[in-house]
Amino acid sequence: MRARVGVVVFPGSNCERDCVKSLSQLGAETELVWHDDPVLPEVDIVVLPGGFAHGDYLRTGALARFSPIMQAVTDHAERGGLVLGVCNGFQVLCETGLLPGALHKNKGLKFMCKWTELRVDNAATPFTSRASTGSVLKIPINHFEGNWYCDPETLQGMRERDQIVLRYVDNPNGALDDAAGIVNENGNVFGLMPHPERACDELLGSEDGIVLLGSAIDHVLKTTPARV
Amino acid sequence: MTFSVVVNVMPKAGISDPQGQTIERALPALGYTGVNGVRVGKRIMLEIEAATEDEARARATEMCERLLANSVIEAYEVAIGEARTEGAQA
Repeated sequence: MRARVGVVVFPGSNCERDCVKSLSQLGAETELVWHDDPVLPEVDIVVLPGGFAHGDYLRTGALARFSPIMQAVTDHAERGGLVLGVCNGFQVLCETGLLPGALHKNKGLKFMCKWTELRVDNAATPFTSRASTGSVLKIPINHFEGNWYCDPETLQGMRERDQIVLRYVDNPNGALDDAAGIVNENGNVFGLMPHPERACDELLGSEDGIVLLGSAIDHVLKTTPARV
Repeated sequence: MTFSVVVNVMPKAGISDPQGQTIERALPALGYTGVNGVRVGKRIMLEIEAATEDEARARATEMCERLLANSVIEAYEVAIGEARTEGAQA
């Protein structure tokens, strides 16, 4: 059996093919899903890729939330299905309310494109099971609005539940609590600013992205009843 | 009636505003000293059809809550300007 992954394409998405390539190399069956489609195909994992959905007008991710596919993505998440948002996809998940907080402009007011080191602070999620808590992953960032913020009460609850799964070793953008990647309360929705799909080959400088993408695939194979 | 509505969206108090900070640091280079508290937001202008000013304000407020502002990081203000009656002719 193979995990089935739907990668959503918004007008302005630009990382969908990297996601398809890296997930396919890890053995998943992948397909692109157009944002205007109100239903999802039969998939185990939904990926919202990086880019500039709907031009990022008004705020990053603000308009993507109104794409017809997002209701189906929300339903998938509420059924316990895995949802992964990378970079702009993370911003879309926050605007949609599937993840807490919001992403605003980097502290240094600079677009940043560089390698970062991420500490895995919770290895007990469907997206981090291949890592051990405390291990460090090398994965690149590529964003202007990666400065994650939430109110103090929300942050406290998230810390108690270990929802801040990945933290920058050297915070590049001012994100609260060094947060690079967070999960929802159920742990099935994961958003992160770094791009794991760009770190799946030694030729590109790191294979650490496989730890995150491979964990999600492992989770599906472990928890889904066999399909004929 | 059609109401001119102005929505001002600002970073919430306590939220870092890198644009404002950068402008504040640039102003002394032009000789403008003693300038503090620079904040940058956005102004959204709308023309809303409604029967009354209260209705126009209520609709604009709902739009702010649902789309125009992100309440996690932004605060908004709604100001209702002049009203125009369509096709009002003597």
